Amino acid sequence: MTAIAPAEEVWSVSELVGTARRVVEAEFTDIWVRGEIVACKAWPSGHWYFNLRDAASQVRCCMWKSNAQRAGTPPADGTEVFVQGRPSIYESKGEFQLVATRIIPTAAIGAAQQELERVKALLHKEGLFDVSRKRRLPAYAATVAVVTSVAGAALRDIITVTRNRWPAARVLVIDARVQGEGAVDELCRALRLVNRLADVDLCIVGRGGGAREDLAAFNAEAVCRALAAVRVPTISAVGHETDICLTDLIADLRAATPSAAAELAWADSRAVMRQLDELAARLAGGLSARARLAAERVERTGDRLHAAAQHILERRGNRISRLAAQLDALSPLKVLDRGYAVPLSEDGRVLKALAAFPPGRAFRLRISDGEVPALVDRR
Amino acid sequence: MSSIADDLARLEEIVRRLEAEDLELDAALALFEQGVSRLRAARERLGAAELQVQKVVEEAGGDLRVSDLDD
Repeated sequence: MTAIAPAEEVWSVSELVGTARRVVEAEFTDIWVRGEIVACKAWPSGHWYFNLRDAASQVRCCMWKSNAQRAGTPPADGTEVFVQGRPSIYESKGEFQLVATRIIPTAAIGAAQQELERVKALLHKEGLFDVSRKRRLPAYAATVAVVTSVAGAALRDIITVTRNRWPAARVLVIDARVQGEGAVDELCRALRLVNRLADVDLCIVGRGGGAREDLAAFNAEAVCRALAAVRVPTISAVGHETDICLTDLIADLRAATPSAAAELAWADSRAVMRQLDELAARLAGGLSARARLAAERVERTGDRLHAAAQHILERRGNRISRLAAQLDALSPLKVLDRGYAVPLSEDGRVLKALAAFPPGRAFRLRISDGEVPALVDRR
Repeated sequence: MSSIADDLARLEEIVRRLEAEDLELDAALALFEQGVSRLRAARERLGAAELQVQKVVEEAGGDLRVSDLDD
């Protein structure tokens, strides 16, 4: 008699099938399979069951109700299709099956591809993809029109980036369906509407990521033409990695995602703040240099003019101080407040040389918030 | 209404003249004053405002209606 394995090494049917299912599900994730539909049946439960075959093999397939509803009507026998799904094992029957989430007739793909090629060739011939048509985006946009679905992730991403990058922004959203029935018309209408808005600096049209056939509206001839007719610079932001769609070629700029489009649309407010700080410092420096030159010029003139000129300079000096205080209030400029002091003679001249400080000489020290009487003790 | 772009361009020009040209002090002061008010305007433009998100809808009659978009 043949010896069998020890009891603890014997598998139950459930263990075997369950383990096989886990192995299969771990091995395959989400895949596309091409084949021919055999005997597709829609059950009252709403689920579909069918086989998929090619010349040599067949596989059982099922499609659960929610996906089946989205797919519409069951495909006829013999239809050549792409099926997206996840291989698994139906445990109670021990049956290998593909759990389908989408079914797309290969003919539909072929037809869509043909249409895309036609539109692309036509628009190319008309020059709508020409680099010479591309407009530069404004360096500092204040108002941006966004054509997308109000409910979509694209809009949320754009708003998030905008809030971070240019908080003073104004975003005008024009809602449009971006896939499925009506999407082409709604996108066209929304794009035409952009031209009726005043003070718009640029327009972003886009959507979040999707499967290739979900992006069809962004390849539609009418949408391309409507986009080309937008009077402000445009960014096409259709979230997909590999394919380019035709709106990408029409728009003045293509962004890989809606977030990236927002990055391109707005200047970086922090960089602009730094630029303003730099300009403020140069402004103060420029004025100081002018004032110094003027003072030197006065010194070169004769003594007779000196007092009068000094008087004028002082008046102007007050004005400079007042302006400088204003500038200073525009933090972070602290040009006057760095701890420098200026020694002044009793009559208000700046004391610059050692010779001006004989022992016993009284003078004033001008500091940021006032003056201090001072005396040369010894040298 | 001038924009940040105008502010920056004008400020650049003011600073360049102040740095490069042999100006009388009065002219320099006038430029400086202009610069200060431009700076203030630009900082306010950047800092004070908050993000505005609005929805544009075309009404049945063809008029456009702009309303705040609820987050």
